[in-house]
Amino acid sequence: MTKRAISAFDIIGPIMVGPSSSHTAGAVRLGRLGRAILGAQPQRAILGLHGSFARTGRGHGTDRALVAGLLGMATDDPRIRESLDLARAAGMEVIFREVDLGEDAHPNSVMMTLQAGDQEVEVVGASVGGGMVEIRAVNGYPISFTGEHEALLVVAEDRPGTIHVITGLFLDYELNIAFSRVERRHRGGEAIQLFETDDAIPDELVAALEDFYWVYWARRIPRIIE
Amino acid sequence: MFESLAEMLSLAEAENQPLHAIVIAREAETTGRSREEVWAAMARRLQVMRQSAEEGLSRPVRSLSGMTGGDAYRLWQWLAAGHEPVTGPILSRAIARAMAVNEVNAGMGCIVATPTAGSAGILPGVLLTLQEAYGFSDDDLVNALFTASGVGAVIARRASIAGAAGGCQAETGSAAAMAAAAGVELLGGSPHQSAHAVAITLKNMLGLVCDPVAGLVEVPCIKRNAAGAAQCFIAIDLALAGVKSVIPPDEVIDAMGRIGRRMDPRFKETAEGGLAATPTGRRLARMIWSHSEDQRDRKPEGQRDAASTNAPTTE
Repeated sequence: MTKRAISAFDIIGPIMVGPSSSHTAGAVRLGRLGRAILGAQPQRAILGLHGSFARTGRGHGTDRALVAGLLGMATDDPRIRESLDLARAAGMEVIFREVDLGEDAHPNSVMMTLQAGDQEVEVVGASVGGGMVEIRAVNGYPISFTGEHEALLVVAEDRPGTIHVITGLFLDYELNIAFSRVERRHRGGEAIQLFETDDAIPDELVAALEDFYWVYWARRIPRIIE
Repeated sequence: MFESLAEMLSLAEAENQPLHAIVIAREAETTGRSREEVWAAMARRLQVMRQSAEEGLSRPVRSLSGMTGGDAYRLWQWLAAGHEPVTGPILSRAIARAMAVNEVNAGMGCIVATPTAGSAGILPGVLLTLQEAYGFSDDDLVNALFTASGVGAVIARRASIAGAAGGCQAETGSAAAMAAAAGVELLGGSPHQSAHAVAITLKNMLGLVCDPVAGLVEVPCIKRNAAGAAQCFIAIDLALAGVKSVIPPDEVIDAMGRIGRRMDPRFKETAEGGLAATPTGRRLARMIWSHSEDQRDRKPEGQRDAASTNAPTTE
């Protein structure tokens, strides 16, 4: 998990639609990160609610909050209450399920299976308290980021030199990497790479990356936490 | 941000600055943002706090579950009708504002979590009422919020600000302690007096459990926000009069953290103990959740039906 100092705005904030920082505001942020990882507004979303999200989520508006995030809303958007209707109007199919993600999963967890066009991603995230969230897996790869930094997510063939090329692009655009992580299933297979940066990642950098044949897809994940 | 209140105090002393100034400087330094940016972000939060308090007093706001609501408005109207509250003109209005914000929260309205949504009424209740009573400027209140955030950061660092981790003492206790430090500073007290107000508030709220009926942020949370405002005012008056906490503030915070860690999980937001486990609490929970189960069955089905006309389904 990305460690950083407690900010004044972790304590006085977030500005949010109630009633619960973890079950409502955190859920909005998880939906929003899911949307960013998919790279588009989902046409179809299967939301698997785990633990406390499944048990007491409805009364806290967790369902509406997750969908609001998938629609791109922030934690203080007054339309969160009506998000289920807005999703329907926008042609987003939403299916809720109860899931068991195992004992190690955080009690406030969701597994989002999101699809738009020919893109599909599976994202597991947790609302870890006070509106803070953590994405814990993407497409089955354990990975951790919190939306507190701008991030670049790259799914690519596991081959020598990929990090060199990517960090070279960061140098070209004078971007400083705050944190980075690489995960792979097996040698020579698919690897997932995450880079968190201090400044905004230009779209041209993402486009340049996607021009490499060994890059399956790359996504800029904007910072969602003030 | 800071490891301890002692660190905050020694910095404030060394630089001969009020607490809010060292918090603003530290925030700008650790985030790399300008002081102006940091200031503007906090000023925006004050505006949202004010809006939420005004909304909850302007009409009876009902919660999403229908279990609570309208009590802040009831109290406000009772005061407006000329009744003389035993809590006096200032505390009674702080109580009304604190409850108003929490009712807006329970109604899925917009609030500022301070430090959490469940305890979001205390700081606006205390600060907006002090402003009304003593004529402080908005800038004074923004400063006060920085002082409060510094105290909250120390509590989060050493103990907890989450009901699930430390019970209600960690939520409304922390909020009241933060508001007490801010209130003492607003009213001309020294940084040391602010720290003692933190200690006195927290000491008086140690052990408070988090036992929300049906797991919702309503019962007893809304009235606990009123209680937090009252505890805060007690500590402000004591601290300004020069009363000190025998146990040093950081040690009180540590004690709160230890009590929270050892607290039975039934009393930490799980809705399995205390008021949640009373016959009435359980009955309300059954009513609310059976209604909600009906909705759960309906909504996804409705969505699926609507979607099946224009999208393939792999269900």
